Amino acid sequence: MNHLLFENIDEPGLNTLEVYRRRGGYQMAEQALAMARDSIVTALKDSGLRGRGGAGFPTGMKASFIPQGKMDKYLVCNADESEPGTFKDRELIQKNPHSLIEGMIIAAYAVGANKAFIFIRGEYVQQAEILEAALAEAKEAGLIGPNVLGRGMELDMWVHRGAGAYICGEETGLLDALEGRRGNPRLKPPFPANQGLYQGPTLLNNVETLTAIPYILRVGAEAYAAMGVEKSSGTKLISVSGNVKRPGNYEIELGMTGRDIIYGLAGGITDDREVLLWFPGGSSSPVLTKDDLDLPYDYDSLAGAKTMLGSGAIIVADDSNSVVDIAVKTASFYKHESCGKCTPCREGTNWTTKMLKRIQSGEATPMDLDVISSVCDQIMGNCLCVLGDAMAMPVASMVTKFRPHFEAHIEQARAANEARLLAELEATGPVLEGIGATASYR
Amino acid sequence: MMRFIRRDPLGPLDREAVRHGEERPAGPPRALSPEADPEVLHRDVPRFAHGLRTPGLHEATDPTKDPAGIPDPAVVEVPDALRAEIEDYMSRYPDFRSAAIPALAAAQKVHGWCSPTAIEQVACVMRLTPAYLTAVAGFYDMLETKPVGRKTVYVCTNISCSLRGGDELLAALEARVGDDPDVNIRGFECLGACDIAPMASIDGVYVGPVEDHEVVELAEQILSGAEPLPGKQLVRRRVADAAANTDDVVRASTETGTLDPVRYDGAGDAPTQPGGAA
Repeated sequence: MNHLLFENIDEPGLNTLEVYRRRGGYQMAEQALAMARDSIVTALKDSGLRGRGGAGFPTGMKASFIPQGKMDKYLVCNADESEPGTFKDRELIQKNPHSLIEGMIIAAYAVGANKAFIFIRGEYVQQAEILEAALAEAKEAGLIGPNVLGRGMELDMWVHRGAGAYICGEETGLLDALEGRRGNPRLKPPFPANQGLYQGPTLLNNVETLTAIPYILRVGAEAYAAMGVEKSSGTKLISVSGNVKRPGNYEIELGMTGRDIIYGLAGGITDDREVLLWFPGGSSSPVLTKDDLDLPYDYDSLAGAKTMLGSGAIIVADDSNSVVDIAVKTASFYKHESCGKCTPCREGTNWTTKMLKRIQSGEATPMDLDVISSVCDQIMGNCLCVLGDAMAMPVASMVTKFRPHFEAHIEQARAANEARLLAELEATGPVLEGIGATASYR
Repeated sequence: MMRFIRRDPLGPLDREAVRHGEERPAGPPRALSPEADPEVLHRDVPRFAHGLRTPGLHEATDPTKDPAGIPDPAVVEVPDALRAEIEDYMSRYPDFRSAAIPALAAAQKVHGWCSPTAIEQVACVMRLTPAYLTAVAGFYDMLETKPVGRKTVYVCTNISCSLRGGDELLAALEARVGDDPDVNIRGFECLGACDIAPMASIDGVYVGPVEDHEVVELAEQILSGAEPLPGKQLVRRRVADAAANTDDVVRASTETGTLDPVRYDGAGDAPTQPGGAA
């Protein structure tokens, strides 16, 4: 297995310029700045790199959408990694920040951007400090500034810390937050490539996407495209978490099976239990069961299974958990993080959470499951961004795939509630007067 | 003066009858009749549970007051360090308004929360209205719009952590430090550290996995301000991918005393115990 991004990830002091340079750092940036801009974009297209943040849009194509002209262009790195289960960007920023900066220099050169921002989530305090220190070193060394690497390119780069909102990981919500407003998503189109930050053309990429760029140039686009499988080339960092023995980040070639990842890399399930369900791409991907463990882990196979690779975050839940609790956790997260701009998501996440909590506490009927499914259907595709869909997809998939579990839970909770109520009535004695006052409640 | 479009309180049939000289029927109770109980009029209807990002639903506003304008720099005192910091942030962006979030975070560091004073100071430096900044502060989880303790403890209670006992960790820590007014402890959405679940972030320092017997120690460290669980800090931890590093990197990182890597021997054993501090 080839490791690219994790090749020397744990090297002590890799976050300093000296060690990074010793490992051949910034050589690719120097090479790239000597190349023509189009050839970098072509190399990205040839490598088949797809956006690593979740949507999986071909990076080279996105870069080619940026209009060429004299206007101000922006490069924004999306380091607001808040999808539950995802923690790969944190690892990269914390241990290898210079590689991100180098990727950003190359990307900025390729699209002609002269202002770059790294939007990092506010919770990553230590990581932001490491990144800011690395950026300061790079500025000191003339890698960022009015004359990058002495080649006459101007690039200004800043770290912008967010303040904790999941919606700022959505690209247009991020742009609004970066413009100093409440992070509400915007209507697309126009896409950020045409009208993004301050209404200028903006290239927005995830940390892992930008970090991969120098490595792609180093091994060559063809070699990178040869890794992985058709239409899902290259290596991907995956974050495995939940009830596994060795949770953490792994770099894989796309196309490994889920079983190899969960039972091989992550060491299997804690206490050797069975898999109840697993999220293949963060908490917003429709769930899979233990029958789907042999699916190849790549964009298209997962899309064929009506789910998605997303950010590459695998969350595994074992059979000691109740699927109802997991559904409540998932839905309440999206309820809390819904920005409130679009009605279907604002109200739908709220009501779905309420209904799931009713199911959890035993005040529901099996009919509520159908209502949940219909609410989820009405959320999907009806909002400015996919946060509503992110709740609707996993919840709807849980309700369809685990319907017997839900029904059994509803029935059990109902029976328990009824027994409790009857016991209370028996204890308090007859409360009715007149007819039937002497009748037993049983 | 606001003008109201009055709807006819009577139905068309009743109105016709009144026109013909009949007794006026008692109409439906009007929502804003002057003789209604004022308490009923101003009763708070809790529409949403805690946490919806729609501020102002529960805060009464005084409609007789004009909204505050941009504060007068001659009147508002701003600490020099805070002013310098905010102006530095403003200089980084093509549009100075972009500095709103970092500026509010800086003011929060000074005041402990986004108090009206803090917001007024930021508004004064940034030449924005307090309302704009209040709206921004109300949106983000880390900008506090109510007074809180200065030591922030976030415990992740999202899906991955709750599968490994995040909720229990929050309850245990709350029982120990929850009464301290200096500590702002709260359950938080995914903090991006599911590999060390259950975890907590103490003033931005991630520690985990916090085991049951470490809760007491962690609570003491939070209260005394000491470094939280030095052996369990995330920044000292290696990647779980045992095949990731070249051999010399593994050796070097072992020598510098970072936590032991998770060794993969194919047998599916439990991970090796993380070592302590160097």
